[in-house]
Amino acid sequence: MNNRLPLRARVGIYGLICLLAIPFVFPTWWMVTSSFKPVSDIFAFPPSLIPTELSFSAYRRVFELQPFAQQYLNSAYIAAVVTVGTLAVSSLAGYAFARIRFRGQHALFLVVLVGLLIPSEVTIVPLFQMFNSVGLIDTHWPLILVPTLGAPSVLATFIMRQFFITLPGELEEAARVDGLGRLATFWRIALPLARPALGAVAIFTFLHSWNLYLEPIVFLSTPEKFTLPQALTQFVDAYGGPMWDVQLSAASMTALPVLVVFVIAQRQFIEGLAHTGLKG
Amino acid sequence: MPVLMDNGAGRAAPRPAPGGTAASPRRGWWTSRRRDQLAGLLFVTPQLVGTALFVLLPLGLVVWYSLHEWNVLADTFDFVGTDNYRELVDDPKLPGVLRSTLFFSVGLVVFNLALALLLAVLLNQRLRGTVVFRTLFFSPVVVSLVAWTIVWGFLLQDNGGVNGVAGAVGLDGPNWLRGEWTALLSVIVVQVVKNVGLNMVLFLAALQGVPAELYEAARVEGASRWTQFRRITVPLISPTILLTSIITVVGALQVFAQIAVLTQGGPGTSTTVLVYYLYQQAFQFHQFGYGSTLSVLLFLIVLTLTVVQWRMRRKWVFHEQ
Repeated sequence: MNNRLPLRARVGIYGLICLLAIPFVFPTWWMVTSSFKPVSDIFAFPPSLIPTELSFSAYRRVFELQPFAQQYLNSAYIAAVVTVGTLAVSSLAGYAFARIRFRGQHALFLVVLVGLLIPSEVTIVPLFQMFNSVGLIDTHWPLILVPTLGAPSVLATFIMRQFFITLPGELEEAARVDGLGRLATFWRIALPLARPALGAVAIFTFLHSWNLYLEPIVFLSTPEKFTLPQALTQFVDAYGGPMWDVQLSAASMTALPVLVVFVIAQRQFIEGLAHTGLKG
Repeated sequence: MPVLMDNGAGRAAPRPAPGGTAASPRRGWWTSRRRDQLAGLLFVTPQLVGTALFVLLPLGLVVWYSLHEWNVLADTFDFVGTDNYRELVDDPKLPGVLRSTLFFSVGLVVFNLALALLLAVLLNQRLRGTVVFRTLFFSPVVVSLVAWTIVWGFLLQDNGGVNGVAGAVGLDGPNWLRGEWTALLSVIVVQVVKNVGLNMVLFLAALQGVPAELYEAARVEGASRWTQFRRITVPLISPTILLTSIITVVGALQVFAQIAVLTQGGPGTSTTVLVYYLYQQAFQFHQFGYGSTLSVLLFLIVLTLTVVQWRMRRKWVFHEQ
């Protein structure tokens, strides 16, 4: 519609966009390039945008100072389990709330929605106490169970419900007339149609778990069990000051894989999030 | 938990007997309505049990704990009634904490929504290369939160990248994380740049839903671009503005990692938001009772803001389905 913008306006818009893009792009660039610089160059003035010589010593030290591979694995498997679990829990509940008519449906939906109003920070003290009393402190269980079944999955259930409501019901009706049970209808008919919503929920859930910080530092105390966000902040010298080169190397290794996946699949990422349920 | 799901799901859908008798609802007691009742309940059971166990029960407990003097180290757990709430009112640090929380949240929400809308409008001009820019603006959303915060902490050092760039153009930048206002500003900017892509994408989707004829008609009437934006765009995307503002307000009250990594709440209490103060009291000073009281306060604030915003929707949201 706005193809007829005058040239001057177009140049202006490009200029503004480029300027605004700096704080979005520069930090990641700086993180990766600085992680390859020798320590002496990290705070060099004037700053060099590209490292003059590649140094991998900081990367080696990441693995010497912490069980970083183990911590990487911890974060990855916790996020994977939470994502799969949340998809199962939220698609089942979302489907039932959207499609199946059963007594108590509305009351139960309201009960579940309460979860949207309660940030997990509010309940962190009692959750600590609850897991403490069953001996699950310093295990990964709280980081798996609470997001999968508690408040974070409520948002997922809500998104799934909104999506299932918008699906045309004829296919499912036909399947039911053909004698398919509820679970089979759900699994074979409804779920494949819900792929966009499932994708959005999966992305959200994975990132949420991958980024969790308060919960790990409250629940975990042995370095072998730490997750990545927690491990990143542990690279400090004897005086508690950050070892920048090591921190930046570890941060790069944490950020880059997800970033690469995102760049490859950015269309599905962004449009999935924009067009799913969240549209209000 | 997968075991639980298998059980529930398996029973929810009895295999139809050969010949399709299960599909006929007439047969006796086991009607299709009864089966739906059972299937519905079983489908929502995991979510319901989870909500009860990990949301409602802890919420009840946190209120109960807030009525106790509870020091974990000293192993004391005594019922003290409303003493903690009186302590809350008298806490000399609390006004500072609430002020930081207020400034932080308001600054974050205003800055975030304004920038998100600006970026969405710019990217909606359908110029070449906007997909690339959309990707760039969205990319911090997928960068690990603590990694992102560490890099910014590095850039914001007195001799770091930001001041390096400022120095290159002849400016003398402050020591960002050591001044009260600059620290607060830094935390806000770091958080906005990290997450604004999400709101930008939601706004972009909403903008694309505004019918082009409306702008056409407005142009014929001689309305300026600004008038078009105010009179057409804003009203038509107001449902999205409401949604994003609710998400962003609640999100602002949950910010923890950025503050723990960048400033540890300092200098003074200038960046000690309520969540961080709660964490300090409960898990650094081991005051679970008082920490619970702060949790209740946080809950009441979130609840009030959400209800108020939801109430306000009739006033300024243009139309809703």
